Amino acid sequence: MPLELFLDLYSPPCRAVYIFARKNGIPFELRPVELGLGEHLKPEFLKVNPLGKVPALKDGDFLLAESVAILLYLSRKYRAATHWYPTELQARARVDEYLAWQHTAVQLPACNVYLCKSLLPHFSGQPVDPVQLDRLLGKLKPALQHLDGQVLATKPFLATEQLSLADLMAFTELMQPTAVGCDIFQDWPQLAAWRARVEAALGPELVQDAHRLVLQPRDPRDAQRDPKLAQELVQRLLERLS
Amino acid sequence: MGRKAFCLWETWFSLPWSPSTLRPLLFLPLPGHHHSKEYREINPLKKLPSLKDGKFILSESVAILFYLCRKYSTPSHWYPPDLHTRARVDEFMAWQHTAIQLPMSKILWIKMLIPMITGEEVPAEKTEQMLVEAKNNMQLFEEKFLQDKMFITGDHISLADLVALVEMMQPMGSKYNVFLNSSKIAEWRMRVELAIGSGLFWEAHDRLMKLAEWDCSTLDPMVKEKICELLQKFK
Repeated sequence: MPLELFLDLYSPPCRAVYIFARKNGIPFELRPVELGLGEHLKPEFLKVNPLGKVPALKDGDFLLAESVAILLYLSRKYRAATHWYPTELQARARVDEYLAWQHTAVQLPACNVYLCKSLLPHFSGQPVDPVQLDRLLGKLKPALQHLDGQVLATKPFLATEQLSLADLMAFTELMQPTAVGCDIFQDWPQLAAWRARVEAALGPELVQDAHRLVLQPRDPRDAQRDPKLAQELVQRLLERLS
Repeated sequence: MGRKAFCLWETWFSLPWSPSTLRPLLFLPLPGHHHSKEYREINPLKKLPSLKDGKFILSESVAILFYLCRKYSTPSHWYPPDLHTRARVDEFMAWQHTAIQLPMSKILWIKMLIPMITGEEVPAEKTEQMLVEAKNNMQLFEEKFLQDKMFITGDHISLADLVALVEMMQPMGSKYNVFLNSSKIAEWRMRVELAIGSGLFWEAHDRLMKLAEWDCSTLDPMVKEKICELLQKFK
């Protein structure tokens, strides 16, 4: 039984796992999970990941959730090149530090910007709330300021001199608001330069392929495929973003 | 108090210590001192905990724990080398940031720190929402991570149990005991405490348990203002 990866490429952590597997030539079967249809909350998927989130991995009988854990598992099992997760003690600690910090410092606020700019308007049919968007962009600013002003001031990549799992995770997260029209790179020159370096290192074609879905404008008809679900989602989004 | 804690932290990590005991790190971010100028030089992210090993500065408790395990070659049960078992620890360490740490910390703030510092209670509805979220995640913890095992990875304590427990202890600072909801989790809690050693465990939690006695009138007015702003979010 081949490795199965349960992914929705609208999700940045899923894109990170996808890019990593493809870049490292890891054979896998893609099992699409459509978040927009609530598939991640259905019993069939919950058997794979009871936490109800993507990405998820199934390797024979072994089930694994959480993108960071999945990336580490894949790098170990398939002996990925050491720049991804360096063996040197302090370099590795820097990668671990970013991977821990990013959950609440980057992923959470970047996702909220995306939800406000794209998902909520899509499912509610209402225009973007500019005051809310501004406030949410403000919440992302400290992380961007730290990455641009401190981290990238002294090195070309986030953890070490080379591309690592930290850059991969950060890249797909920061592409999320960017892909839907909130270009968070425009005010941060070090970050913009870093983005170009990461794209070049990963390969523009692979990056484009992984981001194809999130770069496309959403089809308004998709929102009405399941009106009840759409309504529930809007309610949850409004609570989350308030 | 702030300055003393800062020095102690730095000194502690430069002393040789027994690899067989892994001190739990106190996760309580006591408002104030980590915003001081001296602390910011150590850790620009203004966060606790923080490690300084010679010139090397590291933040993020998960990263610090992994670093200590590797540098001091601690017993392998803390971070098992087996591919699947290690992945299980990584999985929990990733999930807990938003699923456990955040809600547990919010309980402490909502039930104790915000009322103490601002003199105002957070609306009951928001408090209830927070408690329900924490309860649901405790249930997920029990069903997915703990199951019927002694510890998260099986028969031995690992970093995952350590992190899980210290996070779940946070609300105790506000006299709120999340372990009352499930006997399975309560039993696991006891096992983890005993594996660490009750003396060490309670020593590490002493400051948290005495939080109600903290004299918050010494709090920097700017920090107090930020916390008042935080209260507005919940209204």
